[in-house]
Amino acid sequence: MQPVWDWFRWLYGATGINLTVFYDPFDRARFASGFVMTVELSAVCIVLSIVIGVLGAWIQGSRLRVARTVVHWYIQAFRNTPPLVQLYFFYFGLGGLLRGVGGSGPVVSNVTWAIVSLSFFAGAFNVEIFRSGIEAVPRTTVEAAESLGFSRMQTYLRIVFPLAFRISLPALNNNLVNLVKTTTLAYAIAVPEMLYVSSQVWSDELNVPEMMNVLLICYFLLVGILVYVMHRWERALRVPGFGI
Amino acid sequence: MPEATAEPIVVVDDVHQSFGEVEVLKGVSFTVAKGGVVCIIGPSGSGKSTLLRCINGLVPIQRGSIRVANFDVHMLGSDKEKIALRKEVSMVFQQYNLFPHKTALQNVMMAPMHVLKENPGEVRERAIALLTKVGLAAKQDAYPGELSGGQQQRVAIARSLAMRPEVMLFDEVTAALDPETVKEVLNTIRGLAQEGMTCILVTHEMRFAREIADEVHFTDGGRIVESGPPAELFDRPQMDRTRAFLSQVL
Ligand SMILES: Nc1ncnc2c1ncn2[C@@H]1O[C@H](COP(=O)(O)OP(=O)(O)OP(=O)(O)O)[C@@H](O)[C@H]1O
Ligand SMILES: [Mg+2]
Repeated sequence: MQPVWDWFRWLYGATGINLTVFYDPFDRARFASGFVMTVELSAVCIVLSIVIGVLGAWIQGSRLRVARTVVHWYIQAFRNTPPLVQLYFFYFGLGGLLRGVGGSGPVVSNVTWAIVSLSFFAGAFNVEIFRSGIEAVPRTTVEAAESLGFSRMQTYLRIVFPLAFRISLPALNNNLVNLVKTTTLAYAIAVPEMLYVSSQVWSDELNVPEMMNVLLICYFLLVGILVYVMHRWERALRVPGFGI
Repeated sequence: MPEATAEPIVVVDDVHQSFGEVEVLKGVSFTVAKGGVVCIIGPSGSGKSTLLRCINGLVPIQRGSIRVANFDVHMLGSDKEKIALRKEVSMVFQQYNLFPHKTALQNVMMAPMHVLKENPGEVRERAIALLTKVGLAAKQDAYPGELSGGQQQRVAIARSLAMRPEVMLFDEVTAALDPETVKEVLNTIRGLAQEGMTCILVTHEMRFAREIADEVHFTDGGRIVESGPPAELFDRPQMDRTRAFLSQVL
């Protein structure tokens, strides 16, 4: 890789375009760690938000009224407030409370709070997405399963969920793309993700325009990869004559 | 009349069923002998589908009793009891209701494997035999979306048969089909009836009902208005309501 790094150094000398994140080992290391942090944050939040979505949608279809009400208000709370406010609420609100109880030092790290907050944020939308997917499964298909002797659980796991999931995938794609973009908000509570480390780089090196371009391209690539993977998944699950 | 002396396998007695305020069935009674074929005809909304659903234990009834083989359908509480009933009674629907994400073969295999917990190898063999019987062996790997309506309906019949039921319920299974494909489905049902399967059919195919039924019930407004062997009910209806209905559909 050394020739590449040297080329970026040469670029700076020749044109004044200062991409320290490529030729300077220190900047390169911290930018790389930010990139990795963004990928990790996204991956963990994607998985957790899907789990929340599936569980929430399942509870919404259950007979337990109390549980349904809790999920309903959870969705309202997270859909109708800005994600940045949610993040602050978790980090300063809940985090502060916990600190008050536990004495000095943070009990829960800022990274953990970001994961919790973003997962619940995206999860609220996922519940709605999966729920409408479940509702789109024809009532008559469910009845057929029932008439064949499937239990409620079997019907859900073998018929309703696989169909609902396929119906939900396009909407899920959108929400997960949004989630990856929203990880940048973790910047606000000093989680060292890509935007945060970039801001450190540009305040040290004063290369704001360059870093903005680097950021734009990196997020474009990240989201592009996610979209590609999701499309492959959608295709793999596609069933002839069903859905989109 | 040999049917009358045979042991009835389905006994429906004074069944009342309502969805909320609306009473859909207002005291329906009839019996079906083992191996018998009963057709139910009547205008839309008269409660025919609801009646079949009750017999299958899909909807609860408010009054009366339904007995199928050894099961008191109206008293079944737990899932386990309902599953036991559904081994005896299998239903085929107007809209086929196949599982769209499973192939024809998987559709047929699912219930025996997951409900009856039978050996997959044996289930597979039986499923292929059933698909062959309905003339669809070549389509076993096709998804429902790749099959015609008539083919889907025959897969649905095979799927029901895979549970080895004693009684088959057919709810207007040809209503969504075009006239040419109706025949292939009716042939399948005729074959079953000739093998001695007990069948309860809701149908608008009067000619088929006349040919295949041991007894025909005409329903209207949640009641059985008139019953009889097809030759009598179709040719010499006693009630005005029956005459009016038949004059419209025949
Ligand atoms: N789930 C339900 N909730 C409320 N009312 C219902 C429900 N299912 C059926 N009904 C009502 O019960 C009545 C009988 O319905 P059913 O489907 O049994 O009629 P049908 O004789 O099968 O008619 P068709 O020939 O159109 O299929 C109708 O008036 C219908 O509106
Ligand atoms: Mg009907």
